[in-house]
Amino acid sequence: MSIIKTSVGRRTFLKTSVAAGGGMILGFSWLASCQSKTEEEILAMPEEWFEINSYLKIGDNGVVTIYAPNPEFGQNVRTSMPMLIAEELDLDWKKVMLEQAPYHKDKYGRQFTGGSRGIMTRWEPLRMAGASARAMLIAAAAQQWGIEADEITSADGFLHHSDGEQKLSYGEIASLAATMTVPDEVKLKEVKDFKIIGKSHKNIDGKDIVTGKPMFGLDYKTDQMLVAMVAHPPAFGMTLDQVDGNEVKSMPGIKDVVTIKSYKDDFVKAGFDTNAFPEVVAIVGSSTWEVMQAKKKLNVKWKPFEEYIETVKGWSGESQRSVPAGLESTARHREQMEELAKTPGRVVRKDGDPDQAFANAAQVIERTYSAPFLAHNCMEPMNSFAHFQEGKLKIATPIQIPSSIVPTLVSSLGVPEENIEMDMTRMGGGFGRRAYGHYVVEAALISKTVGSPIKLVYTREDDMTNGIYRPTYHATYRAALDESGNLTALHVKAGGIPESPLFANRFPAGALDHYLAEDWSIDSNITIGAFRAPRSNFMAGAEQSFLDEVAEAAGKDPIQFRLDLLKRAAENPVGERNDYDAERYAGVLELVREKSGWGKEGSPKNRGVSAYFCHSTYAAHVLDLSLEEGKPVVERVCCAIDCGVVVNPDAATNMAEGAIVDGIGNALYGELTFKDGVPEKKNFDQYRMIRMGEAPKVIDVHFVQNEIDPTGMGEPPFPPIFGAIANAMYKATDKRHYHQPFLGSDRVIG
Amino acid sequence: MANFNLNINGEKQQVDVDPTTPMLWVLRDHLDLPGTKYGCGIAQCGACTIHMDGAAMRSCILPVSAAEGKKITTIEGLATKKGLNPVQKAWLEHDVPQCGYCQAGQIMSATALLNDNPNPSDEDIDAAMQGNICRCGTYTRIKKAIKTAAKEY
Repeated sequence: MSIIKTSVGRRTFLKTSVAAGGGMILGFSWLASCQSKTEEEILAMPEEWFEINSYLKIGDNGVVTIYAPNPEFGQNVRTSMPMLIAEELDLDWKKVMLEQAPYHKDKYGRQFTGGSRGIMTRWEPLRMAGASARAMLIAAAAQQWGIEADEITSADGFLHHSDGEQKLSYGEIASLAATMTVPDEVKLKEVKDFKIIGKSHKNIDGKDIVTGKPMFGLDYKTDQMLVAMVAHPPAFGMTLDQVDGNEVKSMPGIKDVVTIKSYKDDFVKAGFDTNAFPEVVAIVGSSTWEVMQAKKKLNVKWKPFEEYIETVKGWSGESQRSVPAGLESTARHREQMEELAKTPGRVVRKDGDPDQAFANAAQVIERTYSAPFLAHNCMEPMNSFAHFQEGKLKIATPIQIPSSIVPTLVSSLGVPEENIEMDMTRMGGGFGRRAYGHYVVEAALISKTVGSPIKLVYTREDDMTNGIYRPTYHATYRAALDESGNLTALHVKAGGIPESPLFANRFPAGALDHYLAEDWSIDSNITIGAFRAPRSNFMAGAEQSFLDEVAEAAGKDPIQFRLDLLKRAAENPVGERNDYDAERYAGVLELVREKSGWGKEGSPKNRGVSAYFCHSTYAAHVLDLSLEEGKPVVERVCCAIDCGVVVNPDAATNMAEGAIVDGIGNALYGELTFKDGVPEKKNFDQYRMIRMGEAPKVIDVHFVQNEIDPTGMGEPPFPPIFGAIANAMYKATDKRHYHQPFLGSDRVIG
Repeated sequence: MANFNLNINGEKQQVDVDPTTPMLWVLRDHLDLPGTKYGCGIAQCGACTIHMDGAAMRSCILPVSAAEGKKITTIEGLATKKGLNPVQKAWLEHDVPQCGYCQAGQIMSATALLNDNPNPSDEDIDAAMQGNICRCGTYTRIKKAIKTAAKEY
């Protein structure tokens, strides 16, 4: 049993003996129940709530409300995080209700959805919240019964006296428990004692989703609310010249046309303030359709901007970023990358003597990989509700990192932080896009300017052409093999526009005596942002395709080839900064080999393997492909994951399945190109997304069973699938695929 | 602006809107039925799928004037007093949704498919569901759920 100091102190454990307000906001329900309830059951709500700590309150009838602290975009944290609390509190899951916590930096800690860090960072604090609440319930019962705390046990929402007869429901003792001292330390359960964690629990919001209940940002509505849309420049490299809103203002339903500037001149942006278009024109009206029509008629002129230097505040202090002038095109980007890739890059890591190793090589293999810009294309376009009134700002928005936008709102609106109230709606997809909350700032400024509550709505076209893309990348790999086919040295040189994707300390670094990693980058005015497993989402495919080719040249089985390298990295690693655990890495390869029947007689011919480690989780895939009329059909993907303890297995499986489908789609079709600064794809008639008929016929997901603290599932299964499909396509077509998208408009596969 | 008499989920509704207004926005902005989702506005993603006289329609390009006199069903009208319909139940059984945004449209397309073809093959499902994008990639679960629901048709 692990004893954990309760680092959450008084400040985060605000106690009140009464309910902290209802959960209903103008018909927009923030409540969800774990079980589908009948009307009668819903009415059986407690008469009084007792807030034990900021994460939970207990009703006098034993119903427990848990506040889901982090914003939800489909990774199921609204279910899995409450499971952590419920586990340590020994709750009856059927009596748990869920409420979305609002943004509150003191009460709810790190309300950050991204980087696959949700479960990882909440693993201890949330179990601690449950365990400390349980300790307070027990302390209260001990007082009431006049016995010692250790004579009391808890199960399914009840406390049991050691006499084996008396028992109290949590509801009966909650009012006394709320007055108890928060314990200084608590005991957390051992993995073997888990009753809730490790068992599949259905998505708490499932019923609301399948019945169409309002829950997303776009569903948010208040009385007197107006609808706003913004017009941004049609091309990167352009800015507002002039606007004449008079014609539009006379159109039906239109209230106002205003220009807004998102940032004060002296504002220093932070990492999530990325925004290509800081000055936009907003049209405000009474209904979405009317505003959409007015937007088409808006008389606005744009002009190219001059190069400028932006100061950006990061973790390591302030730095300068050059935003070049010009209208960029994909054709030129490709030329720029090819040119720069030929020149020496910045050496990020060097082990041994790579030059000598390549000079001595019996065989050198060199291959170049590339991938285009990608748009996130969340199904719910960017949007935000805002109401600025009497110096106070109310926000309701789908956002991944609510804290990131607060300093910007404070500066841009001149509103003190304590006057900002922010609710996080469910997000219709995030994938990194909703880490960048410029749309919240725009909504707030529009509300302040027009003096009404407004909901800012991006059209699909606005969403796809607004920036915050996955960058375009390029990587050249070189391998040196000796006469026996042993890999003796590896050289990777990776770059991109506007950032490099290189991870210098990842596998196979550490497994080779001679290793060189270099990077480079090219400035651009096209804005980029985190996209599901940033940088890994390109490097994994390039690296794992290359290793496949090297294994073939070495005459080795591709799985055994990787395992041999990992064995070396485990037993006698080169360098000290290798950021992976070679044994766990090998573990997923061994599991996927077993589960896919790799190498067994009669196993499918066109199969590709790929493995990767990122965001603290290990993932490996074996993908089987067939060709129908020259088109790839994914017959099956077998997947092995090591994310430590699997908190909610079916939900984790769903994440892996989704990542596999998403990765196949982006590898085959995903691409955003530019001509003279203009994104050439603006909607789903042009931007090809993976659809039902292209998804794998079968996906089966397996988890390594261990008791290691859990890590995330949102990103890690995504990067390696790019390599798995590339390697399977090679088997099917005898042709290697180096440039994504593999089925791009100018490429054939067969 | 003009008045339109509509039959939505078995109830009579009247709206006063521009005749070109798509049903999507009539439902969302004027009738407080936000279950039908906006995804693309050009009938390419299927998030806005509703039923008109039982057939799946993309409400983002369906003008209100064309819906008058027709029977419109939205995701909010799919469940009956007896409970969820078999497709909704199957969605829960397979725990299909991730973000959930596209799922109303997926369910409406699936229900229309099963009403028309109670025993669809994989190819039938692919064809009927090809117009509905799920960005989270829940397609394999959607397909399983449709097959489960088909047993009750």
